[in-house]
Amino acid sequence: MNEIKGEDQAVRRIALAFGVSTLAGLALALVYILGGNVQAEGVLLALSLGGLGYGLAEWAGKLMSQGAEVGDYEDAPPPGAEEEVAGVVSEGWEASFGRRKFLFRMLGAAAGAMGLALVFPIRSLGPSPGTSLLRTAWRKGSRMVREDGQLVKATDLAVEGVLTVFPEGQTDQADSQTLLIRVDPDQLNSPDGREDWTTEDGLIAYSKICTHAGCPVGLYRVATHDLFCPCHQSTFDVLDGAKPIAGPATRALPQLPIEVDEDGYIVAKDDFSEPVGPAWWDMNR
Amino acid sequence: MIVQKTVRFLDERLRITGFSKKTLRRVFPDHWSFLLGEIALYLFLILIGTGIFLTFFFSPSAREVIYSGSYTPLRGVHMSQAYESLLDISFEVRSGLVMRQIHHWAALLFLAVLVVHMLRVFFTGAFRKPRELNWIVGLTLLTLGLLAGFSGYSLPDDLLSGTGLRIGYSVALSIPVVGTWLAFLVFGGEFPFGNIISRLYVIHILLIPGAIGLLLGLHLAMVWRQKHTQFPGPMRTEQKIVGTRMWPTYAVKAGALFFLTASTVTLLAGLFQINPVWIYGPFDPARVSAGAQPDWYLGWLEGALRLMPAWEVRAFGFTIPNPFFPGLLIPGLTFNILYAWPWIEAKFTKDTAPHNLLNRPRDVPVRTALGVAGLSFYTVLFVAGGNDVIAGLFNLPLERVTQGLQVMAFALPLVAGIATHRICKELKGRPPKTGDEPGHVIVRTADGSYETAEPEKV
Repeated sequence: MNEIKGEDQAVRRIALAFGVSTLAGLALALVYILGGNVQAEGVLLALSLGGLGYGLAEWAGKLMSQGAEVGDYEDAPPPGAEEEVAGVVSEGWEASFGRRKFLFRMLGAAAGAMGLALVFPIRSLGPSPGTSLLRTAWRKGSRMVREDGQLVKATDLAVEGVLTVFPEGQTDQADSQTLLIRVDPDQLNSPDGREDWTTEDGLIAYSKICTHAGCPVGLYRVATHDLFCPCHQSTFDVLDGAKPIAGPATRALPQLPIEVDEDGYIVAKDDFSEPVGPAWWDMNR
Repeated sequence: MIVQKTVRFLDERLRITGFSKKTLRRVFPDHWSFLLGEIALYLFLILIGTGIFLTFFFSPSAREVIYSGSYTPLRGVHMSQAYESLLDISFEVRSGLVMRQIHHWAALLFLAVLVVHMLRVFFTGAFRKPRELNWIVGLTLLTLGLLAGFSGYSLPDDLLSGTGLRIGYSVALSIPVVGTWLAFLVFGGEFPFGNIISRLYVIHILLIPGAIGLLLGLHLAMVWRQKHTQFPGPMRTEQKIVGTRMWPTYAVKAGALFFLTASTVTLLAGLFQINPVWIYGPFDPARVSAGAQPDWYLGWLEGALRLMPAWEVRAFGFTIPNPFFPGLLIPGLTFNILYAWPWIEAKFTKDTAPHNLLNRPRDVPVRTALGVAGLSFYTVLFVAGGNDVIAGLFNLPLERVTQGLQVMAFALPLVAGIATHRICKELKGRPPKTGDEPGHVIVRTADGSYETAEPEKV
């Protein structure tokens, strides 16, 4: 008696679920015709699919036979079966390749040569690294421009100002992106041999590419005079040769030697001091 | 009538009756955790379906265009055609945004379900003989899933995904000896690589789904051949399987599960925004956004990169750069240990017998403890992927958070492993709750206190 009542209730619930699903499907079509809306589409899809899912789950769970059927797992293989197969293989081998060792070696040579030849097209996938990682587009006399190509004058930056710059005409050269920062020249502690790499009024230029994993070192924190990479939080001391002071980076940001030309534009005196960006196996060779 | 005719038609050509009878009467063991793999399969189908829709509108091209679509904040901005087509899918194509969000949510859940499925197989010992081969296929599917995710979310050519590619390139570059060549061949040259989007596109929509499809077929074929494992219980033995028949109950339940999975994903996709690339802006190699996190399943690698102390190997003029250790060594070791696990375990336990009955995790304290220890290590790495978020949320200095997590990465696995081992030992041997064993009855005694009694005494 209870069972029949339970079944009746289940039938009602399933019918309701399918009904909701039907209505949601029709409404979904209507939403599309009216121009679409992501929230309405998502919810109506969820109702239409969910109604079907719930209805079927209820049907299978309440109105169909449950569990407790018995089946068999595979038996373990009979002992000795492998010998038979191995016998067939070695018999065939002996009857063909085993007797013609010379031919078989020739076959091996041909297959090997073909395999070797097929490796070569992989070379087409990319250029040779060559010296491309060692150099950027900066040259002696390259004038600095902003990302939009506008030339940079020494007077453009206030103290603690920072600017992303490129060599003139090379704003698409991602490896040449450089941060130009003006600091108080009295606070600056240039490493030996780099005393004349900055301008007298405290303009200093470092590669913007993190030496850890190559993200742009996007954040200049004025209070502590450090450059911070938001990707893995390597931090570089601007006043002390951009040496790493926190985070996973192990090498300083390469410095770009700069000066002001007679027209007041900032120019590079050379390429960067070291290869820019992340390290590789033989970068110091 | 029509069924009979169809069967006859097919049987006369393909001899299907024997196989069909066996299939329809097949018995599947019931347990909620056996549904995880099934859910992953359905999510894969949803990914394929929505993915096909997206390919009709996505344009994998790095060609620069000026945006003039309906999303006003980006009008006049230079961007790649790929990014523009993403904006078009989101704003111009009717139902495009919901399809995109279903695709992305399904991907996030797909990886989550794969991981939980793998954990279930690990902790219950389902990988043991005779199922080691399927463990290997399953792990490969997980690897492919990770690659599918990374190649997929890199396609929009937005600022966030471009940063991810840049880090991937740096990690490739860090490989000893062959790093530069490998990075140049895979990415097609030095950063910012001209045609990486079109390359990733082929990888994402053809190579990886093709490989997943093939291995999924193999995975299911092996389950079919070996039949599903079952938990110990009444009548269940290494030879006898107890469960539900394929037709009709199991088949209808499977269909229901598909629709419920799809319903969950579409609800998430409709109500919860995911990867709003129009907010990130187009990729620009000189820009980066703060608080950049990858999709969750790569969080452990991001965290490993963040927790790695500032050291690297330099000897004889050669360098093994810092990102190599967290970016390749850790995942390399992880997957190699996982691949070898069935044999490692068999070597230590000297158990080479075939098993169809699953372990309860408590009954294998050492495996469970090692599993929990490993899991807590990756959890710390995952959390570390958001160390900046945590520092911001709790207003702590970032460096302290990082140092704390560095300690936790070693301490937590140790503590969690030992604790798990003890808990397992404690619980070991207690019978499982089946729900039909006699319970205890609490009886009030004459003096007003209470005591428990066996039911038959009452």
